[in-house]
Amino acid sequence: MIAALFEGVLRHGLALLVVLFAALLAAPYIVNSYLLAILIIILYYAYVGQAWNIMMGFAGQLSLGHALYVGLGAYTAAALFVKFGLSPWIGMLAAIPVAMTAGAIIGFLAFRFRVGGVYFAILTIAFAEFARVGFDHFTWVGGSSGFFLPVANYTTSDLWTLRGRPVMFYYLILTMVVIAFVLCRILLRSRIGTFWLAIREDEEAARAIGIDTFRYKMYAVVLSAGMTSLAGVFFAFYYNNLFPEQVFNIARSIELILAPIIGGIGTLFGPILGAFLLTGLSETMHAILQGLGVDVPGAKQVFYGLCLLFVVMALPDGVWPWVARKLGLGGRKP
Amino acid sequence: MTALLSVTGATKRFRGLLAVDSVLLDVQPGEIFAVIGPNGAGKTTLFNMIAGIYRPDAGEISFAGSRIDGLSPDQVCRRGIGRTFQIVRPFPALTVEENVMAGAFLHRKERSAALQRAHEVLWQLDLFEKRDQLASSLTLPDRKRLEVARALATDPKLLLLDEVMAGLRPTETDRMVEIFRKLNRETGLTILLIEHVMRAVMALAQRVLVLHHGAVIAQGVPADVVRDPAVIHSYLGAEAAV
Amino acid sequence: MPAEIYLNVAVGGILTGLVYGLMALGLSVIFGVVRVVNFAHGEMMTIAMYLAILAFSALKLDPLVMMVPIAAVLFALGYAMQAALINPFINRPEHSQFILLVAVAIIMVNVLLIIFGPDARNVMTSYSFDSFQVGPLIVDATKVYAGAAAIAVAAVLFAFFRFTYVGQAIRACADNYTGALVVGLNVKQLYALTFGIGAACVGAAGAMIVLIVDVTPALGPAYTLLAFIIVITGGLGSMPGALLGGILIGLTEAMAGLLFSPSAKSMFAFGLLVIVLLFRPQGIMGKRVA
Repeated sequence: MIAALFEGVLRHGLALLVVLFAALLAAPYIVNSYLLAILIIILYYAYVGQAWNIMMGFAGQLSLGHALYVGLGAYTAAALFVKFGLSPWIGMLAAIPVAMTAGAIIGFLAFRFRVGGVYFAILTIAFAEFARVGFDHFTWVGGSSGFFLPVANYTTSDLWTLRGRPVMFYYLILTMVVIAFVLCRILLRSRIGTFWLAIREDEEAARAIGIDTFRYKMYAVVLSAGMTSLAGVFFAFYYNNLFPEQVFNIARSIELILAPIIGGIGTLFGPILGAFLLTGLSETMHAILQGLGVDVPGAKQVFYGLCLLFVVMALPDGVWPWVARKLGLGGRKP
Repeated sequence: MTALLSVTGATKRFRGLLAVDSVLLDVQPGEIFAVIGPNGAGKTTLFNMIAGIYRPDAGEISFAGSRIDGLSPDQVCRRGIGRTFQIVRPFPALTVEENVMAGAFLHRKERSAALQRAHEVLWQLDLFEKRDQLASSLTLPDRKRLEVARALATDPKLLLLDEVMAGLRPTETDRMVEIFRKLNRETGLTILLIEHVMRAVMALAQRVLVLHHGAVIAQGVPADVVRDPAVIHSYLGAEAAV
Repeated sequence: MPAEIYLNVAVGGILTGLVYGLMALGLSVIFGVVRVVNFAHGEMMTIAMYLAILAFSALKLDPLVMMVPIAAVLFALGYAMQAALINPFINRPEHSQFILLVAVAIIMVNVLLIIFGPDARNVMTSYSFDSFQVGPLIVDATKVYAGAAAIAVAAVLFAFFRFTYVGQAIRACADNYTGALVVGLNVKQLYALTFGIGAACVGAAGAMIVLIVDVTPALGPAYTLLAFIIVITGGLGSMPGALLGGILIGLTEAMAGLLFSPSAKSMFAFGLLVIVLLFRPQGIMGKRVA
C-alpha cells in the first residue's frame, strides 16, 4: 500500500518532496511569528486550492462559488462550538455533510438540467450569493453584524477545542495539506480519477466508454465541497470571527482559486506552489511598500491581478508544469 | 444461433423527415457486418440509435437478449457495445496509455488490472511504443487506432465503427483492415461498421446491408450486393458517375 | 401601504432596469459575437461612473451630456482590451479567458480604489430631487431621464446592427466565423470593434446610472454579477432579451426592496436566475445552442 503510493515517482522528485516536507515540519522552530502566520495563510490556500482542483482540475467543472462551502463549514462548526460547546472535531463531522449536501444540490440541479460551462460557473456564484444574503439575515449566528468565537491570549494549546497558539494551527493546516495531497494523488491514479480526467477532456467521449458522467461529476462536486468545508472550520477557529459579507463574498471564491490556477490546474503540486508564489510575492510587496512608508489599500490586489495576467499569458498551463520540465520531473503538457 | 444485435423496425424522424425507416437487421456473434449507403442514407442515425444517442421513434433494438433502445450511451457501453466517433475524439491532454486506461477501468477496479488490459490492447493496435505520448500529438491514423483501442479496452462484445476509414490513405486503410480481421479471428469480436470506403467493406465484411433514403434496399454477402441492380443504381452508380 | 406606492416603485424599478438593460446589452453583444464572457463588465461600468463623477465635480458637466464622450472613452478602452489582450485568447479554453478577464477586473477595481478611496460618491444635479407626477404616479426625474436615454442608446445600437455595413459585417461574424474569414472580413478587427461597442454601452449606462446610485469601487463585481443575471435571464446573445432581462431584474429588485428589505433584493434577482437557468437555460428570448 505504502509502496504503491510512491510508484511512478522519480527519485529526485521524491528527494525534493522529502526536503520540502522536512522544511515545513521544522519551520515553526526556525521562523518568527510573522512568518509563521504567513506560512499558515499559504498552507490554507494550498489546502482549499487542492480541494477546488478536484472539481476543476480533475473533473473539469468550473466552480466560482467555493466560498459557499468554506462559509458553510465555518458557520456550522462555529455555531456548534459557541451554542452547544461541541468540539470543532465534532463540528467537522457536521460541517462535511452540510457542505456535501449543498454541493450535491447544486451539482444535481446543474447536471440534471445540463447547465454547463459558463452557465455552471454562474450558477455556483448564484448559490454563494444566496448564502451570503441568507446569512446576513440569519440572526441566530449574528446576521450581518458577525459571529464571534471566544478569544483569550493562550499560552497553552488545547487541540480538542482548537483554542491555542498559532503553532498548533500551523501543524493542523500542514496535516490537512499533506492528507489532501496524498488523497489527491491516490484519487488521480485510481479509477475515479481517471474517469474524472476523461470527463474533463471530453464528456461525450467519456460517456461512449461507459462512464456514468452524471454520477462521477456528482462525486467530484460532493468530495470537493466536503474537503473545502474543513478549510472553513479551520478558518473559523483560527480567525475567530465570521462575517457573511466577507466569508461568502465572491472575492473569496476568486482568491481561493488563484493558487491552483497560477500553480497549474489539474496538477498535484500546482495548488501548493501557487499558494507559495502568490502569498509570498504579495507579502514581499507589502513589506516593501511598508518600508517605503506607503500604505495603499488595493495595491496588493493590483499586484495579484498583474501576476495573474502575466501567468495566464506567459504560462497558460501554470507555473508547476514549467518548473517540472525545468527540473526534469516530466511535465505533463508539451 | 440467436443474433447478438437485432434491430427490428427501428424508425427515426427529424422534423417530419424520415431519416431511418423501419430498418431490420441481425448481427450474428463473431460476424463482421457492414452498413453502407450514399450520404444522407440514414447510416449515422441508425448508428446513433444503437449507440444510445437517439431513442428510436418506433421499433426495438436488442443486444444479447435484452432491449437497449432508450438506454443512455454509457449504459449501452456497459452492456457491451464499444464505439468510435466519425470525427475522432481521444482525450487530448492525456497520454495514449491514460486514454486506454479510462476504457480499461470500466470493468476493473484495480489500477494494475486496468494497466494490464490497457497494455494488451495497445499491443493489439500497434500503439504500445507510443503509450507515453500525448494523444494530441498523434497523427490521424494513430488517433483512429487509439479510439479503437480505448473502445476495445471496455471489453465490448460488439464494436461499432463509424466511418473509421474516412480520411485514411489506402495503405493505412489496409493496415486497419488487417487489425480488425485479426481481432475478429483471434478474439471472436463482433464488428458492425458503417463505412463509405468500399475497399475496406469488400475486404472486411461478411455481410452488407445497403441503406437508401433511410430504408434497406439490399442485404447479403458483399459480392452479391455490389451486383444488385438497385444498389448499383442508387449508390454505386451515382458514385461511379462522379 | 397605499396601492400607488407599488405602482411608483414598479415604474422606478422598470426605469432603473432599462439602464441595467443597456449595461447588459453590452455584455450580450460581446458574447454574441466574440463568444467571450466579459468578467470585467461591471468594473468597466464603475470606470464609466467615476468618469461621470469626475466630469461633474471638476467641470460641472451634466452626466447626461457626458454620456457620449464617456461612451467614446469606454469604446477606446474596450477596443484596446480586445485587440491587445483578448484576441490572442480566442481559441483558448473558457477557463483561461475567464482568468484573463478576472485579472483585468481585479486590476480595475483596485486601481479605482487607490485613486478614489472606498467611500461612496454621487452627483447632485439641479434636477436630482425633481419628480414627475402623472395622476397618482410620482417618478423621480433622474430615473425618467436615465431610462429615456437608455432607450435612445439601445435604439441607435439596433439601427447600427441592422442598417450599417459594419453592423452587418459584425453580425455575419457572429453567425459564421469561418464564413466571415472566407469572404475576407477582418474578424479580429471586427471583434475589437464589437468589444468597443459593448464597452460603449457600458459607458453610456454608467454615465446615466450615477444619477440614480452612489458609486464605490466595490460596485464593480456586483454589477458584473447583475449583468450576468440579466443576460442569462433574457437570453445570452439576444439584444432584445438583454433589455427585457434588465427591466425584469429592475422590477424584481425594486419590489423585493419594498416588500422585504433592500439588502435582500439581490437574493431575489439570483432566485430568478436560478429558476431561468434550470427551466429555460437559453433565457427568455434566447435560442438554445447545442
